[in-house]
Amino acid sequence: MTMQTPLAAAARPLQAGSPPAGWSHQHLLDLEELTAEEITLILDTAVLCKEATEGCRRKIDVLAGSAVVNLFFENSTRTKTSFSLAARRLGADVIDFSASTSSLSKGESFIDTAKNLQAMGIDAVVVRHGTPGTPHLLASHLNVGVINAGDGPHAHPTQGLLDILSIRERLGDLKGLTVGLVGDIAHSRTARSNIWGLTKLGAKVILCGPPTLVADGWRELGVEVSHDLDAILPRCDVLNLLRIQFERQHTRPFPSVREYAHLYAMNRDRLRRAKKDLVILAPGPINRGVEVTADVADCPQSLILDQVTNGLAVRMAVLWLICGGRSSTQASKAAEGRIV
Amino acid sequence: MASMLIRGGRVVDPDQGIDRVDDLLIQDGQIVAIGQSGSQPLGKVDETLDASGLIVTPGLIDMHVHLREPGREEDETIESGTRAALAGGFTSVACIPNTEPPTDTQANVEFIRQKAARADTCNVFVVGCVSRDRAGKELAEIGQLVEAGAVAFSDDGSPVYDAELMRRAFEYCRMFDKAILAHEEVLELSRGGVMHEGQVSMALGLKGMPAAAEEVMIGRDIALAEVTGGRLHVMHVSTAHGVELIRQAKRRGVRVTAEACPHHFTLTDESLRGFDSNFKMSPPLRTAADVEGIINGLVDGTIDCIATDHAPHAPEKKLLELDRAPFGILGLETAVGLCVTRLIDAGHIDWLRFVDAISRLPAQILGVNRGTLRPGAVADVTLIDPSLQWQVDVSTFASKSINSPFDGWTLKGRAVATIVAGRVKYRLPR
Repeated sequence: MTMQTPLAAAARPLQAGSPPAGWSHQHLLDLEELTAEEITLILDTAVLCKEATEGCRRKIDVLAGSAVVNLFFENSTRTKTSFSLAARRLGADVIDFSASTSSLSKGESFIDTAKNLQAMGIDAVVVRHGTPGTPHLLASHLNVGVINAGDGPHAHPTQGLLDILSIRERLGDLKGLTVGLVGDIAHSRTARSNIWGLTKLGAKVILCGPPTLVADGWRELGVEVSHDLDAILPRCDVLNLLRIQFERQHTRPFPSVREYAHLYAMNRDRLRRAKKDLVILAPGPINRGVEVTADVADCPQSLILDQVTNGLAVRMAVLWLICGGRSSTQASKAAEGRIV
Repeated sequence: MASMLIRGGRVVDPDQGIDRVDDLLIQDGQIVAIGQSGSQPLGKVDETLDASGLIVTPGLIDMHVHLREPGREEDETIESGTRAALAGGFTSVACIPNTEPPTDTQANVEFIRQKAARADTCNVFVVGCVSRDRAGKELAEIGQLVEAGAVAFSDDGSPVYDAELMRRAFEYCRMFDKAILAHEEVLELSRGGVMHEGQVSMALGLKGMPAAAEEVMIGRDIALAEVTGGRLHVMHVSTAHGVELIRQAKRRGVRVTAEACPHHFTLTDESLRGFDSNFKMSPPLRTAADVEGIINGLVDGTIDCIATDHAPHAPEKKLLELDRAPFGILGLETAVGLCVTRLIDAGHIDWLRFVDAISRLPAQILGVNRGTLRPGAVADVTLIDPSLQWQVDVSTFASKSINSPFDGWTLKGRAVATIVAGRVKYRLPR
């Protein structure tokens, strides 16, 4: 591994049960609100978590006694599973709460639902919702930690973090790297979280896709905009291939999937014309044959499965920083240096 | 024989071109005279109001108010809405017909007028539907609505989508010389939108409503008004280009008037960064350049009036995810403060133009005998303290709802007394 982990310093907080110092946020809503140092702190903490749970000792009990609620209003398999597993590995209790089986189907507002959960004594809410800003609305009405697991096309901070961690593992420091985000930028929370995270860490970001999905206005955020994948391909160190979100589009932003794939799919031929050590990411689920062909998805340069592994580590780090800071005294008492 | 003397205020009446410190005498609900202080033999008056330091204007008129009754009394009633109007300095409101049921029959007009009479607060002028059931399919019985007292026609809340129907409405309304108040929106372009489409919506991942959605429809309706000779009143103009379209149409002699809302010249789409649904309205808050365009339109008269689009929603409706929360904010109780602070004190317009925009011209567009302090006119009068600093506090509002984005703002200028037909209907508690 190429990154510099302060292992000696890190081992101590892990044993004490309280998270590494330097975290001051009650919630994680968005990478836009974090500094480069805070992003790096999460990534370093994720590395600690990853190392501590490798092999057969998969659990650290730093959040024993804490309770985390997964409040998912949109379907999700991998993110929800990842958050649940992350919380359990830290020793926290996890409650899954899905909108379709709750009082929400009886007309209760989601804020009332969340307040009820809070009254039962929980430490954090992991929320996914189809509408941008919903986690922010929750955060302004609850006094527990709120972690945004995706709010419509707005933000998906842990996805941004796990993408960045995967790049850092493979290529080292982000500074000076050129990262191409290809595809449905308009509807992608992953794109937005990547843009904030990557630019804060000094990477250059190029957005690429048809003008109906990549508006020129994005340049205002300090990124480059291109509509020609073949033109930017030779300059990219990383390509992050974003899924076409058919479910968020009223009218199809391109004539056919066939034409989209012709212009923007990452295939063997394009791979040959890219940098030799190009790294490929794709936040799942992928549409094989649309954004990426099957052979490229499974090639050695693809980090798709590393992303999943790192997702778990990043979510452990975020939960630990947010819940651990909340109850560090209880946690340290409970943990007493135990790694089970 | 009730008489009242409003003494020593700065009387601002654009209808007579008056802006001077003077006394105003009211008798039996009518304006009797504006006379030099002490120069006229007034005889004995029943009541004297000391208006020194205050602005004395013809009663303010808000020509775009959603009173919600009948149908949505949990948001506002005719009584609560008109009390909010009085507290904001308005002696008249025009109520928009998107109620449940919509105001598309004589009986519905009559219901509102009776409720308003029973409330005994401010004047309520009724706007009727353009289309039956506000469904956009066929014309409402406009002639009968006029007989019942409707002063203008609108399907606001929605555009009149069928261009042919809009054309017929313009033609038909010529017979009564009534204006059509138009909500301008191409729905395919704004579908699913919650805010202005631009830099901010892009960053927030919120579905945008492009300026073109409003401008394309303004363009259509100007063309239809031009070809028919009908009267178009463009409601809540929010974009700089929309203002320009109206400016050009006026130059060509098209019978078009327009209004702007205080939120559209005080706030921008940047406000949405906090995801607060109290900044969600239609048309949406636009950019700083649009704010400038609206103000320029008010300055040069392209935009005739200021109207609030007062749109109350009960708190539980607004406290939802942004895409589920309804469009609209309160307007009546903050309008004067926002106009004084952001238009007059900021040096954009003077008091004469302000009163023109919020009293004389709305009366003219609606064809109602208000908006003047001429002797013989109904004594609707508003007294405004132009230098009173106050903090907006929604918990003190007369409205039933609290969905104001201006809660907590410090504003300058506030109505301190509202007089309807010679009777003091509201006094700011000291």
